[in-house]
Amino acid sequence: MNLSPELLIQLIILLPLVAAAGVVLSHRHPNIREAISLTIASSVFILVFLLYRQIINGETALVHWISILPGLNVSFKTEALSVLFALIASFLWIVTTLYAIGYMRSHHEQNQTRFYSFFAISIAAVMAIAFSENLFTLFIFYEVLTLATYPLVTHAGTEKAQKGGRTYLRILLGTSIVFFLPALIATWAIAGNLSFTVGGVFADDTPSLWLAILLVFFVFGIGKAAMMPFHRWLPSAMVAPTPVSALLHAVAVVKAGVFTLMKTVVFIFGMDTVGELITTDFLLYLAAFTILASSLIAMKQDNLKARLAYSTISQLAYVSLGVLLASEAGLLGSSMHIAMHAFGKITLFFCAGAILVVSHKTEISQMGGLGRKMPITMIAFFIASLSIIGLPPTGGSWSKYYLLLGSLETQHWVLMAVLMISSLLNIAYLLPIPIRGFFPAKSTVSQASDGSEAIQGSETIQEAPLPALIAIIITTLACVLLFFFPQPLFELAKMVGVAP
Amino acid sequence: MLDHLPILQVIVPLLAAPACLLLNNARLAWLFACLAGLISLVISVALLVQVQQSGVISYMLGSWEAPWGIEYRIDLLSAYVLLIISSLGTIVLLAANTGIRQEIAADKQSLFYVLYLLCMAGLLGIVATGDIFNVFVFLEISSLATYALVAFGRDRRALLAAYQYLIVGTIGATFLLIGIGLLYSMTGTLNIEDMANRLPVDTNSGTVYTAFIFMIVGIGLKLALFPLHLWLPNTYTYAPSIVTAFLAATATKVAIYLLIRVQFSIFGADFGGELIQPIFIVLGLLGVFVASTVAIKQSNIKRLFAYSSVAQIGYMIIGIGIGTSLSLQGTLLHLFNHALMKGALFLALAAVVYRIGSTDRTCFNGLAKHMPWTMAAIVIAGLSLIGVPLTVGFISKWYLVLASIDSGMWPVALLIVLGSLLAVYYVWALVESAYFGKADASATSSAPIKEAPLGLLIPLWLLVIANVYFGIDTRLPLEASASAASFLMGGGQ
Repeated sequence: MNLSPELLIQLIILLPLVAAAGVVLSHRHPNIREAISLTIASSVFILVFLLYRQIINGETALVHWISILPGLNVSFKTEALSVLFALIASFLWIVTTLYAIGYMRSHHEQNQTRFYSFFAISIAAVMAIAFSENLFTLFIFYEVLTLATYPLVTHAGTEKAQKGGRTYLRILLGTSIVFFLPALIATWAIAGNLSFTVGGVFADDTPSLWLAILLVFFVFGIGKAAMMPFHRWLPSAMVAPTPVSALLHAVAVVKAGVFTLMKTVVFIFGMDTVGELITTDFLLYLAAFTILASSLIAMKQDNLKARLAYSTISQLAYVSLGVLLASEAGLLGSSMHIAMHAFGKITLFFCAGAILVVSHKTEISQMGGLGRKMPITMIAFFIASLSIIGLPPTGGSWSKYYLLLGSLETQHWVLMAVLMISSLLNIAYLLPIPIRGFFPAKSTVSQASDGSEAIQGSETIQEAPLPALIAIIITTLACVLLFFFPQPLFELAKMVGVAP
Repeated sequence: MLDHLPILQVIVPLLAAPACLLLNNARLAWLFACLAGLISLVISVALLVQVQQSGVISYMLGSWEAPWGIEYRIDLLSAYVLLIISSLGTIVLLAANTGIRQEIAADKQSLFYVLYLLCMAGLLGIVATGDIFNVFVFLEISSLATYALVAFGRDRRALLAAYQYLIVGTIGATFLLIGIGLLYSMTGTLNIEDMANRLPVDTNSGTVYTAFIFMIVGIGLKLALFPLHLWLPNTYTYAPSIVTAFLAATATKVAIYLLIRVQFSIFGADFGGELIQPIFIVLGLLGVFVASTVAIKQSNIKRLFAYSSVAQIGYMIIGIGIGTSLSLQGTLLHLFNHALMKGALFLALAAVVYRIGSTDRTCFNGLAKHMPWTMAAIVIAGLSLIGVPLTVGFISKWYLVLASIDSGMWPVALLIVLGSLLAVYYVWALVESAYFGKADASATSSAPIKEAPLGLLIPLWLLVIANVYFGIDTRLPLEASASAASFLMGGGQ
């Protein structure tokens, strides 16, 4: 293949838009419509993979589109973290499309054309975020992503969906306008440069108090990273159909948040600078607080998707924490955690959706004994849970290991303790679900025999529709494979922030 | 011919107005008015090109030499504002044929075009002339035409609104005239450039200060500077929708132009700086917050966007108040950008009025199903109003925030972005009811609501596309506003 990296980047960003157009045009033929989504998703993944091969060989590319304001361009560049993020997002787009076909059809959702087209537009925005050459470009597509996912969140159109969408939009748009935009403009005013540069863009004589304040603004402004107290949009977004929660609100949107944070810390401030700022400790402890608090909240949620949402908030704070540690191991751990958490959490959401479609259950307390009926789903749930917790033989153990190493290196003992306690909490809120699924407590059974919510025909196996089941199996296998073969990811993650 | 462009800019619509009266047929009058509008648009483009290439154009009316005769003077600023007025005025005029069909009685429609062209001629004249008394004359021409246009509104309250506007507008014009008189007594000239040269800046003459205050307050009334804005919401609400779109896109812009002209060209950038600049910033911020908060609560959407206009004027005033070249550029950009957003929004409301006859909030419930193009236009123009990237609103907000950070006014920068958060509230409440609201059973029982006719949709979408286009390809407004701003700051005239 002789495609130049410049062409690859542009194709990767534009192809999802082609998919959106194709979906709209073929709205009368659902099969063609879904075939378009699948084909383009696969081609985007292949293109990203080609780009991955090139970047491993040290080839990079820079594409310049237009200059919106003098000196402020919409440009794209390949860089290790970009490729890592794009690889995950594009691969999971294929899987999610597969899943969505099963889910949306058997759930008889309305307006599927609108759903698939905005889904594709969101992916285009994610790809543009991934390959942004500067913070200005990133900001633009960050906002586009917020707006493109809004119709997906409110897809059901019910009062509850509207309310969720309102919170979603107000927090994401609000934080980005009130914190992110001023921080961006101030950075431009102080440094005169928004290009991602190894070691940061600020001159050495910039007063560190300004930088300290700016860092706080960036961390709060990047609402998609769901740092407390701006996390409430994520549980609100759970009113969306499950494929949206799975790909966008466990992977694409939230990872775009922590990705933005990583880019800002590494390439706008520079790791060394961040390590010295007076507000860094405050933010680290805020991240630690977010990890613990949201894990505790997750334990109390009976709604499965809500529990997973709070778990995501907690796991995102892991990534933020790793970045703010400003150490090599921390950065490595964060980069890897973006990937590991993505595969684990998307599997969990797929399972939640499968359970909803098959048994119409949303509350965890109703799921006792479900393992007999949906064994594959529950096993997948179990394995993915292990990955989130960070236990072998799943990929999550690698990222947790490096995050712990990072806190050890920087001698943040409290943070290390927080990470370990949080792993215990993860066990406490995730594992009971598959365990009760296979070994229902007596009380559940007796409750069920009261006739309230009996699991009928629990002997007969009834799994999710085949496309959805295949998707679940693929992501579960990925969780395991990433434990045994983490090298490709590892190599990519190690390149992050290293001057070429 | 090319030498006479400055006067043709004003004369074409001015003479076309009585011609429309002679035609006495609404459709013909509309076509003729559109032709006149297009010609003045072409002239304004030619003027802008000419100014950018060869500098200030000075045109002596009747070949009488400048300080004695009346001079028409086109510099970068006036060429830029002339382009805004003629382009927006013409686009709204294109929509007028369909737009006024439901709102203005058939026998008065040709009269409408007469007044519209008169008003446009007046606004263009204010900008084109280099003579301060001439400014007053054109201000009266445009204002008188505006009062009558507002009174065309179907609602009886339009009469009261027009009357209210008449009183306030006359007070404003009188204040301006008093200021002009005082300046004339000090300098003995009415030519703006001559006046600026003769004005003894360093002598603290009380008369000059008094003239300054009178003029600022007078213009403040015309541009609805908070707290002198009380006439605006009623006027915008009860005027026919096309008139509202025209006024929102052009009339307040000309008042801002006049303020800049008086502050920077006549008195000089530094005159009264310590006194007036903080006042402008505070009033601008108050305008943004108070008017936006009031807007959130409005049940009539036309009134909602009227209050939003007061808030947006606040942003422009903040830019003038900060008083750097960068902030002035922000104001000039917002002048252009706000004209595009509000032009689009009010045209969309005109489309709603055309089909439903009201702009009450309840009418919007579920309207997106019936009028998808109109509602999509409201969404995009609304996003521009909020200041989302890839729309023009983002560009002006960027410059205003950058300018305030650049001059060390961090709190102002934060307040500006907080203000746009309020816009999120009032825009999104509307979007939600349009897309998710359930229409009243009584409303749906009657004939189904159809999408607005093309006569309205095409001009509307022209403006919507402009909102996005100039948010991405910003060269035209950016270059024009940058050179106009640095021209104003670089020693005035």
